[in-house]
Amino acid sequence: MIDDAMRDEWYPVGLFSRLDRDGRETTLMGGPIKVALDANGAAKVTGENGRVLPVSVRYGHIWSSLGEPKKPVFPIPEADQPGRRFVDVGVVRVRCSPLRAVENFLDIAHFPFVHTDILGSEPHTEVENYKVEIREEEDEVWATQVKFYQPQAAKSASGGITTEYMYRVPAPTCSVLYKTCPPRPGEWDVIALFVQPLAEDLCDVWPWMALFDDETPLTDLIHFQQTIFLQDRSILENQIPRLLPLDPGMEIPTRADLTSVAYRRWLKRHNYTYGAQLVAQ
Amino acid sequence: MKLYDYVLSPSCYKVRLMAALSGVKLEIRPVDFHPGAEHRGPELMALNPEGSIPILEDGDLILTESSAMLGYLAARAAPAWLGSGAPEETARIQQWLSFSHRLTANLGGARLHEMLLRPGDIGALQANGIAALRELEASLFEQKMRGNRFLASDLPTIADIACFPYVALAPDGGVSLDPYPTIRLWSRALRSLDNFIEMPGIHRLHELKPEPRPMPGRGVR
Repeated sequence: MIDDAMRDEWYPVGLFSRLDRDGRETTLMGGPIKVALDANGAAKVTGENGRVLPVSVRYGHIWSSLGEPKKPVFPIPEADQPGRRFVDVGVVRVRCSPLRAVENFLDIAHFPFVHTDILGSEPHTEVENYKVEIREEEDEVWATQVKFYQPQAAKSASGGITTEYMYRVPAPTCSVLYKTCPPRPGEWDVIALFVQPLAEDLCDVWPWMALFDDETPLTDLIHFQQTIFLQDRSILENQIPRLLPLDPGMEIPTRADLTSVAYRRWLKRHNYTYGAQLVAQ
Repeated sequence: MKLYDYVLSPSCYKVRLMAALSGVKLEIRPVDFHPGAEHRGPELMALNPEGSIPILEDGDLILTESSAMLGYLAARAAPAWLGSGAPEETARIQQWLSFSHRLTANLGGARLHEMLLRPGDIGALQANGIAALRELEASLFEQKMRGNRFLASDLPTIADIACFPYVALAPDGGVSLDPYPTIRLWSRALRSLDNFIEMPGIHRLHELKPEPRPMPGRGVR
């Protein structure tokens, strides 16, 4: 049994829209699980020896846990806002720590080099100062006032704009980002990364979006987000060490890494260490 | 010319790349391959009973094999990519076009398994992919000894485009390219061609990007 506070958290284990009675067999934190629809059309998740696991259906995905979650799946208020389009981007497997997948999502500095001419471009490589905090009441990591020049910030953007971002980490393997919404100034597009930990160094990543965009065909939105994520995948699979270091031994963070520093601190504080390296090697 | 396309498919990328290199403008029709499985839906199955993409449509002509699409694009717009017509070169091109199916099955199969959770015997896929890479490495080295930088001659042909994507993306399927220096040189030669385009996992050569300029309003040190 995993002795880690992460055992009692919710994790995405499948797309609700693609689930059937036959179900899918997958893994959660090293243990085999089965996700299927029951006779009444409700999602059901079973673990080893047929143990019935907690289930929740939120944001297009089925969520489950090996332990006993103390709270419902974290809120995304924008998911209930009328006029948004919800996009199930689909699963991508990555041979990396689930925590590394989240950390990469929080990073802006790599945009010009990994997402060249889409989310960033040279010479616009500077990450301006932004604010990071751990919000005690919500118990979440937040980064705000993040600004970055982007050649093509979204499928709906034509030409370069300076995009503003906010990032939040509401659960150890989930992150939600809010970014300038080109067709609707004043609103934020929501892009979430839900990560299913299969093992400490292997994860299934389920990106999901809630956008104001009535024009772009759904497939184009999916392809745009898959393009971005697949550019990250090869980087993620080559990161060393494979586990996310929580001990600041070998790395020297810069100002641009403030969100990552806060994320790691927050993980440590909660004993969220599945996929983490505790002592620098 | 209309291409039924999936942005993450190496076979679709072959056609986009060949079109870019030969200056042909494609009308792209995105297909929700994953997670939607649109290629198995009625509209696309009617076009291609095999249920695969890419599909290239040009008037009455419907092509469902990527090698045929490469040949068609080259014949239409850039015949030099079909080779000189010398018997040995022609044979080599055909040899590698056929060989490319092994790369699709093995390295492509490993990639789909490791990335998009498709079923398969991952050990066998990777082992067969490695065998194909070793064969390619040896052949490219022999070509180099003959003074040829590419698979069939010293100029790139459709054979190179047919083989390049699945090779370049082998690491996506857990197969490293580190042991193959000649393959890496060949990949560099292809990536430095004029009008080369990228796909996720295949990056442009950084040194070929425009030299960064100082930010406006900031002095150069």
